Amino acid sequence: MKKNKSWLDYLWLWTIIYFVLGFFNILFAWLGMIDFILPLLFAIFGGNKFFCNKLCGRGQLFSMLPKKFKCSTGKTAPGWLLSRYFKYGFLAFFMIMFMNIIYQSWLVFGGAKSLNESIKLFWTFNIPFHWAYTAKNFPEWSAQFAFGFYSLMLTSALIGLIVMMLYRPRTWCVFCPMGTMTQIICRYKNRG
Amino acid sequence: MSKRFVRVNKNLCASCGACSKECPRNAINIFRGCYAAVDEKLCVGCGLCARTCPAGCIEIILVEEDS
Ligand code: SF4
Ligand code: SF4
Ligand code: SF4
Repeated sequence: MKKNKSWLDYLWLWTIIYFVLGFFNILFAWLGMIDFILPLLFAIFGGNKFFCNKLCGRGQLFSMLPKKFKCSTGKTAPGWLLSRYFKYGFLAFFMIMFMNIIYQSWLVFGGAKSLNESIKLFWTFNIPFHWAYTAKNFPEWSAQFAFGFYSLMLTSALIGLIVMMLYRPRTWCVFCPMGTMTQIICRYKNRG
Repeated sequence: MSKRFVRVNKNLCASCGACSKECPRNAINIFRGCYAAVDEKLCVGCGLCARTCPAGCIEIILVEEDS
């Protein structure tokens, strides 16, 4: 039985559009904050994971690609990757990295550091990205944030694609920091 | 007669909703963002959800019923 599709099933396009826009103008990276704030709003005020369950383009992309291109082994990931320790540890690591992006932007804002027009993949590899910053009428700290945030979004998408291929399509969702955070909020709201 | 259905390990479930998207019978609902809840009356035990679940936390159960 085929399920009826709604426009909500095409939000995977957003994930691709986001990276393309940011490639040409890094300031579009700010739009990724929608994917940070919306899930939290649903969890805090609705006590649900409506974002993960219906809206998340990334989750949809990971479901869809293996269906179209058979690019996933379909094997269950090893236990440690699915454990709570790893999930919570990864969430903590991710939050520290996010704080660091804010800190770096703050340094640029205060003039303690000059703008670094590159992105960093897997928190290790620097890739020059200067073409993406041409709108010089925006403050430099906002561009610094954008470079950092784009790096975070791209790195996490790549990790997601790797585990999609190695294991089951949506393995990323098991330890996705947004998914973990919203589940913690929902469990807290429904405790007792 | 025997009946087949699935059971979710709530502790491992990430409430991602991948299973409920696959279920042809719409038997799975993500209970308040906490875990996947299976409606055993609707579930036919086809196992699609179990094969999809990235956390591997869905198990197929076979119950023998005397009638
Ligand atoms: S767990 Fe993360 S990637 Fe998966 S659906 Fe939720 S927000 Fe999207
Ligand atoms: S696919 Fe697995 S982890 Fe995701 S909601 Fe269903 S049972 Fe939970
Ligand atoms: S076993 Fe089949 S019918 Fe039952 S919940 Fe899973 S997908 Fe739905």
